[in-house]
Amino acid sequence: MNINLTLIGQSITFLLFVWFCKAFVWTAIRSAMDEREAQIADGLEAADRAGRDLELAQEKATQQLRKAKEEAASIIDAANKRATQIVEEAKDTAREEGDRLKVAAQAEIEQEANRAKEQLRGQVASLVLAGAEKVLESSIDEAQHKALVEKLAAGL
Amino acid sequence: MAGDTLTTESYIKHHLTNMTYGKLPAGYVRTSADGEQHTLAEDTWTLAHNSEEMADMGFMAVHVDSMFWSITLGLIFSFIFAKVARGMHSGVPTGLQNFIEMIINFIDSTVKDTFHYKNALVAPMALTIFIWIFFMNLMDLIPVDWIPSFMMWATGDPHFYFKVVPTTDPNITLGMAITVFALMIFFTIQNKGFMGFVKELTLHPFHAPKWYVNIFLIPVNLILESVALIAKPISLGLRLFGNLYAGEMIFILIAAMFGAGLFLGALAGVLQMGWAIFHILVIALQAFVFMVLTIVYMAMAHDVDEEH
Repeated sequence: MNINLTLIGQSITFLLFVWFCKAFVWTAIRSAMDEREAQIADGLEAADRAGRDLELAQEKATQQLRKAKEEAASIIDAANKRATQIVEEAKDTAREEGDRLKVAAQAEIEQEANRAKEQLRGQVASLVLAGAEKVLESSIDEAQHKALVEKLAAGL
Repeated sequence: MAGDTLTTESYIKHHLTNMTYGKLPAGYVRTSADGEQHTLAEDTWTLAHNSEEMADMGFMAVHVDSMFWSITLGLIFSFIFAKVARGMHSGVPTGLQNFIEMIINFIDSTVKDTFHYKNALVAPMALTIFIWIFFMNLMDLIPVDWIPSFMMWATGDPHFYFKVVPTTDPNITLGMAITVFALMIFFTIQNKGFMGFVKELTLHPFHAPKWYVNIFLIPVNLILESVALIAKPISLGLRLFGNLYAGEMIFILIAAMFGAGLFLGALAGVLQMGWAIFHILVIALQAFVFMVLTIVYMAMAHDVDEEH
C-alpha cells in the first residue's frame, strides 16, 4: 500500500474521462432528453387546448341550435299569423263579392220587371181594344178610341 | 496457486499486493526467487518481485493492475455511454437508451437537488464518478481467485501479483479525491477570488467586529479551517478505499476458508454468497456517496454568499 505515481496517473485519467463525458456523453443525452421533455409538454398543452376548443365548439353549437329553434318558432308564428290574415282577407273579399253580386242581381231583377211592365203596358191597349170589340160586337172608330185607350194604358 | 508453499498468510498477502512497475535505484541488491543476489549497475525500471522491492521503489512506481483496470473500466463506461449518446434521439426510447436515460435522470436530479449554480462540468463529473467507481467496485464481486489465478496461469509465474479491484488501492481513490479537491479550490478561487478563498480560511469560524481582536483570531481560524479543508479529500478518498478494502479482505478471508475442510468450505460458500449480496448494496452506496460528496464540495465552492 504505497503511495506512488499511480495517484497522479489516476488523477489524469479521471480528468480525461470527465472531459470525455462532458464533451461526448452528457450534453448529447441531456439535450435529447430536454427536447423530448419539451415535445411532451407541447403535446400535453395541445391536448389541453384541443379539449378547451371542443368545449367551446360544443357551447357554440348548442347556442346556434337554440337560436335556430327560436328562429323556426318565430317563422312558424309569423306563418300562422299570415295564414289567419289571408283567411280573414279571403272572407272579406268573398263577402264584398257576394254583396256586389246581390246588388247586381237586384238591379237586373228590377230592370226585368220594368221591361215586363213596359211590355205589358204596350200590349194592354190592344188587349183592351180587342176585348172591348168583342164585348161590344161593334166597330169602333179605331182612331177615336185608340187615343182613349192609350190614355187608359198610360194610367196603369 | 503457488503449490505446497502456499499458506493462508501468503495467500492473503499475495491477494493484497499490487503489480508494481517502478524504478529501483543504482546499487540496489535484488534477490531473485531462488535466493541468488545481484546488484543493479544503474537506475532500472522494472516489475517488482516482492513487497520489499515495492517499498524501496518509493514514489517512482506505478500499480499496473490498478491503472489497467481503472482505465479499462473507464473506457467501458465511456464506450457504452458515448454509443448511446451518438444514437440518441428524442423519440420513444428503447432498450439501452432507456436505461442510460434513467441513470442520467437520476444523476441530474441528484445534482440539481444540491448544486444550484451554473457549471456545466459538475453533472458530467458526477456521472463519471458514479458509473466509473461503481464499475471499479463491481470488480469486487468477481470471485477473488479467478482473475489472479488466470494471470498466474497465463504468465506461468506463481508470484505474479494482480489485484483486480482498483478502488482497494488508496492511490486510485485518493487520486480521484485530490482531483476533486483541486477542482474545488479552483472553482472557489474562480467564484470568490483569491482573497475570498483566503478570507474563508481566516475569518471563520470565529469573527469579531473589531479588527484588533481579529488579529488574534486569524491564526486560530487558519488552523481550524486548514484541518477542515485538508480533511475533505482525505476522508473522501479513504472512505471509499476503506470500505472496499475491508470488503475485499472479507472476501479473501472467506476464500481462505474454502481449503479448510468440507464443513468450513460449505460454510464459506454460504458466507461468500451472503457477503456478496450485501456487497451489491455497499458498492453502489459507496459510489453514490463519493458522487454526492463531490457535488456538495462543488456547491460549497460556488456558494458565494455564505453566512459569516
